[in-house]
Amino acid sequence: MRRAEIVTAVILGILSLYLMWKSGEPPAWNPDVPRFANIGLIEGEGPGSGFWPFWLSGIMLLCSIWIGINWYRRTSPPSVSEEPFLDQYGKKMLLLVGGGLFGFLALIHVVGFYGAIFAFLIYYLRFLGRHSMKQTLAIAICVPVVSFFFFDIAMRIVLPKGYLEPLFIPLYDIFL
Amino acid sequence: MDVVYALLNGILIALEPINLGLAVIGVIVGLFVGAMPGLGSVNGVAILLPFTFVIQNFTGGATSPMIFLAAIYYGAMYGGAISSITLGIPGASTAVATTFDGRPLALSGRAHLALVTAAIASFVGGTISTLFFTGFAPILASVALSFGDPEIFALMLLAFATFVGLGGDDIPKTIFSICIGLVLATVGFDIVSGEPRLIFFDITGFTHGIRFLVLAIGVYGIGEMIWTINTSRYGNTMTSVDLRASKIWEAIRNFKDAWRGTAIGSSLGFFVGILPAAGATPGSLMSYGVAKLTSSKPEEFGKGSVDGVAAPEAANNSASTGAMLPMMTLGIPGSPTTAVLLAGMVIWGLQPGPLLFTEQPDFVWPLIGSFYISNFVAVAINIAFIPIFLWMLRMPFTILAPLIFVLSLVGTFAAYQNLFDVWLMVIVGMAAFFLRILDYPVAPAVLAIVLGPIAEPKLRQSLLFSDGDFSIFFTRPIAGPITVIAIILILLPLFKYIRDRLRASKTGAA
Repeated sequence: MRRAEIVTAVILGILSLYLMWKSGEPPAWNPDVPRFANIGLIEGEGPGSGFWPFWLSGIMLLCSIWIGINWYRRTSPPSVSEEPFLDQYGKKMLLLVGGGLFGFLALIHVVGFYGAIFAFLIYYLRFLGRHSMKQTLAIAICVPVVSFFFFDIAMRIVLPKGYLEPLFIPLYDIFL
Repeated sequence: MDVVYALLNGILIALEPINLGLAVIGVIVGLFVGAMPGLGSVNGVAILLPFTFVIQNFTGGATSPMIFLAAIYYGAMYGGAISSITLGIPGASTAVATTFDGRPLALSGRAHLALVTAAIASFVGGTISTLFFTGFAPILASVALSFGDPEIFALMLLAFATFVGLGGDDIPKTIFSICIGLVLATVGFDIVSGEPRLIFFDITGFTHGIRFLVLAIGVYGIGEMIWTINTSRYGNTMTSVDLRASKIWEAIRNFKDAWRGTAIGSSLGFFVGILPAAGATPGSLMSYGVAKLTSSKPEEFGKGSVDGVAAPEAANNSASTGAMLPMMTLGIPGSPTTAVLLAGMVIWGLQPGPLLFTEQPDFVWPLIGSFYISNFVAVAINIAFIPIFLWMLRMPFTILAPLIFVLSLVGTFAAYQNLFDVWLMVIVGMAAFFLRILDYPVAPAVLAIVLGPIAEPKLRQSLLFSDGDFSIFFTRPIAGPITVIAIILILLPLFKYIRDRLRASKTGAA
C-alpha cells in the first residue's frame, strides 16, 4: 500500500500539471493569443475561461505534494500500511471482472449491445459465478430479450446491433 | 394556511395512480438496494436515473420521475436494517449503527423484534422529518430569494468547506477530490466565452463535456461494485427470523420501549442531515451515541437494546429528508444521493434553488406530499414483505453484480446514445475503484461535479461585478459571514493539528 500511495500521488501530481497546462490553452480559432492569457482577470470581462480550472488544478498539485509529504513522514494510514495494494484475490478479481467489462465494451462494436450482454452474462455467470448451465442460459437469454423489448420496441431507443443488425430487421417488421 | 392548502393539494397529486404506483415501485427497489450489502441509495438512484427519462416522456413532467427517485431513497433507508440485523452486515453505511444492537437481538432469537422496531422507527423518523421539512423549507426558500451571485458562491464554498472541516477523511485527499470534481465539470465549452476547454487529446467526445451521469454511474455502478466484490469475498450466515403474525404483533406492541431512541433519532437526524458532508451515516451514529448517553439502561446497548435499533434507524430516515432541505431550497445537495437527485432535476429541465418554491409549486408540493405517502408505503411493504426481502438477500452476488454492470452500461447508453460515454463511464469506474483503495473520498467529487457548473459562473459573475475584487465575498451582509465560516471550517484541521502539537510538546516537557 505504501508504494502505491506515493506512485498515485506522483501520477495525480503529473495529471494536475497537465490540467494546468491544458487550462491555459488558447482558443483554436485564435492561435495568436499567448498560452495562459486566460487564467487571470481580463479587463472588462472578469476571469478568463482558464481561470477556474487552472487554479483548481494548482490546488490539486499542492494536494499531491501534501500527500507526498504525509507519505514521507508516514502520517497517513496508507503510508504506514503493510498490506499489499491488491492481494492475489484482488488482482485476479480485477483482471477477470475488469477484463470482462472491457471485453463487453469491445464486443458491443462487433455484435451489438444484445449480443454483448448475452456473451458477458455467460462469461460472468458460468465461468466466474460457477452457476449451472440452465440458470446461466435462462438469465443470459432473458436479459437481452427483455432489454430489446423495453428499449428498442417500447421506448424506441435503438441500441447498437453491430454485425447482428440483419437479424433484428424481421423483429422490427413484426413489432413496430 | 397557504402551506397547508398547498400540502394537501400536493398529497392529492402524489396519490394519483401513476405517482402512487411509482412510489410503490421506487420503495420496493429502494428496499432491495438498501438491503443488499454493497448497494445503497446512491447506487440505486444513480443507476436508475437514466430510466427516469422514460417516466418523464410518459408523464410529461418532472414530478413523477422525482417521486420515483425519492421513493428509492426512502426505501433504501428502510432496507439497510434488514441485512444489518439478519446478516450482521450493514446494507449501506447508513445502517452501520443498526448492527450494534440489531445483530445481538437477532442472535438471541429476537430478529422479528429488531426488524419491526427498525421499520416503525424509520417510519416515525421519516414522518417527523417531513413535518420539519414542510415547516422549514418555505421559510428558507423565501430567505434565499434575496441571495445574489456572491451569496450563492459563498454557500457552495461552505458546502465544500464542511467536507474539509467535518468530513473526517484525509484532508489533502478530500481537497483533491473536490478540485478534480470541479475541474472535470469544466470540460467542454465555456458557457461564458464559448471557448472549448480541456478537450483531452482533441477527442471530439469531450466537446459536450463529461456528463454527470457518466461519472455518477461510473463511480457508483462500476467502481463501488468492483470494490464490493473485492471486499465481500467471504460467505455470510443469515439468522433465521420467526415471522408469524403473533410475533409481528408482539413486536409492534413492544415498540413503546423504543420511543426514546426514536425521538432522539428523529430530531437529531434531521438537523445533522441538513449539513453537507454529514448526512445519514454520521446522523445515525450520533443518534446512537446520544441515545446510549441519555438512557437509563446504557449497559444494555450493544447487547440487544431496542432503543439502540430505533435511534439509528429513525435518524437515517430523518437525515435523508434533512439532506433534501438545502437541495430543494438553496440548490445545494447535502449528500451524494441528493447530488444525483439535484442533477436529475437539472436534466429534467428544472432550476433547483429558492425560485423552485415560487415558480414550480406544481413540482415542489406533490414531491413533499410524496414524502408522506412514501413513508406509509415503505413501512407497510417493509413489514409485510420481510420474508421476500430475506429471500432476495440469499441471491448470490455473482448474479447481482453482472446484472448491475449490464444495467449501468445500457443505462448510460440509453441516456445519451453515445458509445464514447459508455467507455468513459467504465474507465471512470476503474479509476474510482483504485482511488477508493487508497482512501480518496469519492463523495466530495460527486458533489463537486454537480455544483461545479453552478459555482463557476457565480464566481465569475461576482468578480466581474466587483472588477476582480475578492472582498465582495467578505463585505456583503450575508455572503461575508458565510465565507468567514467556510474559511474557518477549511482551517479547522490546521487548528486541531496545532492544538495536538502543543499538547504533545507539553506532555513531552512534563
